[in-house]
Amino acid sequence: MPILLVLICAATGIPLLALWGDGRRGAALFIGINTLTLLAILALSARVLRDGAFTAGSGQFMVDDLSILLILVDGVVGFSTAWFSRSYMRQEIVHWSLSRRRVRLYHAMFQTFLTTMLLALLTNNMGILWVAMEGATLSTVLLVSLFRTAEGLEAAWKYFILCGVGLAMALFGTILLYFAAQKVLGHGADALLWTHLEAVRRQLQPQVMAIAFIFILVGYGTKIGLSPLNNWLPDAHASGPSSVSAVLSGLLLNVALYAVLRAKVLVDGALGPDFAGRLLMGFGLLSLLVAAFSMLRQRDVKRLFAYSSIEHMGLATFAFGIGAPLASFAGLLHMISHSLTKSSVFFSVGQAVQSVGSREIQRIRGLLAFSPVLGWALMLAVLFILGMPPSGLFLSEFLIITSTLQDQPWLTPVLLLGLGIAFAGIFPRLQGMVFGPAPEGIARQPVAGIIPVFIQLTLVIVLGVFIPWTLVQWMQHAALLLHG
Amino acid sequence: MMITTQGLAWGIPLLRLLAALLLLLAFAMLAQRRLLTLIHLLAWQGVVLAAGTALVALLTGQTELWLSAALTLSLKAILIPTALHRLLRRLQVRGDVETVLNIPLTLLAGIALVIFAFSLAAPITALTSAVTRGMVGIALAAVLLAFLMMITRHQAISQVVGFLAIDNGLFFAATSATLGMPMIVELGVALDALIGFVILGVFFFQIRETFDSMDLQHLEQIREE
Repeated sequence: MPILLVLICAATGIPLLALWGDGRRGAALFIGINTLTLLAILALSARVLRDGAFTAGSGQFMVDDLSILLILVDGVVGFSTAWFSRSYMRQEIVHWSLSRRRVRLYHAMFQTFLTTMLLALLTNNMGILWVAMEGATLSTVLLVSLFRTAEGLEAAWKYFILCGVGLAMALFGTILLYFAAQKVLGHGADALLWTHLEAVRRQLQPQVMAIAFIFILVGYGTKIGLSPLNNWLPDAHASGPSSVSAVLSGLLLNVALYAVLRAKVLVDGALGPDFAGRLLMGFGLLSLLVAAFSMLRQRDVKRLFAYSSIEHMGLATFAFGIGAPLASFAGLLHMISHSLTKSSVFFSVGQAVQSVGSREIQRIRGLLAFSPVLGWALMLAVLFILGMPPSGLFLSEFLIITSTLQDQPWLTPVLLLGLGIAFAGIFPRLQGMVFGPAPEGIARQPVAGIIPVFIQLTLVIVLGVFIPWTLVQWMQHAALLLHG
Repeated sequence: MMITTQGLAWGIPLLRLLAALLLLLAFAMLAQRRLLTLIHLLAWQGVVLAAGTALVALLTGQTELWLSAALTLSLKAILIPTALHRLLRRLQVRGDVETVLNIPLTLLAGIALVIFAFSLAAPITALTSAVTRGMVGIALAAVLLAFLMMITRHQAISQVVGFLAIDNGLFFAATSATLGMPMIVELGVALDALIGFVILGVFFFQIRETFDSMDLQHLEQIREE
């Protein structure tokens, strides 16, 4: 019942926003819908807290300790983005002279995206999970090209084709998964239900599962932004509105990784932990390094942080690849903290770009001088994303390095190298953007839009200093689940 | 899922024939320069796909698969090709498709891909009953050929045809190798395909409005710094 409530809250928003999603009422409606969804999600968490994992709708929907964590993040980031979007889009509508129809399209597509993300996390069916991921891609294509610039269209086209092909691979993997499941569970709708598959995972044919997992990893890996399939990610993040970049980084990448993790649990049962683990470690480490080196030569501030998302997702993927409960725990903490922090970074960067009128790092100067609130928001968010204490990312990176030392000691230098380069790619630029005198001719923006940054960063501090006991329990259970 | 012995006698060779036709059409697309013919080939692939689904429905007696076959026929063989045809006329795209590689070379690469697909599918094939033997390999080969076609073309429309051909290969894998995915999943996949196609239509006009052409070579402005 609470599962249905969450989905209904989110889904009824789509037609409402398609009809009335323009002007003042549109932004207010958008915030209202996401507040309700967040409340429904909190009710759902209360239920999980009381009863533990459960399924609903004759097994089609499922919540467990792994998914509830990401659902909560979805709710919080969805609400924050709706709040940020109000003041941000007010400026963009004037700047690009967007028509009322285009604004309705923006809100409706945005809500569709948020709904498909929740559906992906709540469904128990690996096939529906794919459908939701594809839906998320489709709904964000027109958001990336919202401003109809040549650059935006190119980015959106690339996004559509690359992710479409990637997801086609994931569908092939899902078909193979069904192919393997049929032999054990029989023909029918239940053979793709994750809980059923998990129960029989040791009986699934290893050869088929191995090939299925490779396709699923490559497919959803495209969406996680794993190297070498990350080409679409920086373009799509840079060209779209900042509110869209925030959810692409904060939610979409997480949910794609979640899909891979679900498949990993099944494959581990059939093949033992090494097969999937090694693949994840390899792809994760490669993405971390490629993204770190790419960051050094970025001049566009949004592209810089898009590469930082690839770096962090690579790190989380690597952590899940190690597979030890501690590493999986750290990976989950990393995913959650990264979502909250990176969306904050994109909120503050979005407003900074609006003030200065350019995405070039060179031209963003002295933010603290002309708008202390924005300056502090950007500085804290970026320091947190760099893994400075007391951020949750500090704790998670520390734990990931610790468990690497324990399980794969020879990989530790590579990991540290990647993190060091990423630091060198971002930190010097941050100083330039935040300190110094403010340049002439800057439009001051209302600060109300970036209030969520401070709320989310507080949550990240909580994750770094004192994780509430409930969350620790959920994360421990989830880590054990991933450990198999 | 049971198939009767008479069914096995004539049904399976027929299904294999359809699989071979699907692969042949994928090769034909790879070699085709004209956009109009490309769309016709895509429509024929849709017909083969629908026939395959109907055949599996007949052999296994699953009523849902009839629905799926009807859906495939109307969507993939009629609706989408017609819409593409209209788009082509409305956008007034003319002339031949240029290819990056020359066609004989592309075809050779295609043959290599088919061999690769078959060897990749070999361990799966070895495990399955005689019924679906080879189908996974053929479907994967069709997917990879469509993928190759996508990379060798610049025109937005031919890339989309490649995209839809990938979808066809996947559908074939779903119906012939697994004898039909769960209905709810198939419906979802079809819905996504339809929405994706609508979005593409919108997108074509945006590209055309901005660049005054459908050649994606104009779309190479984003460069890494």
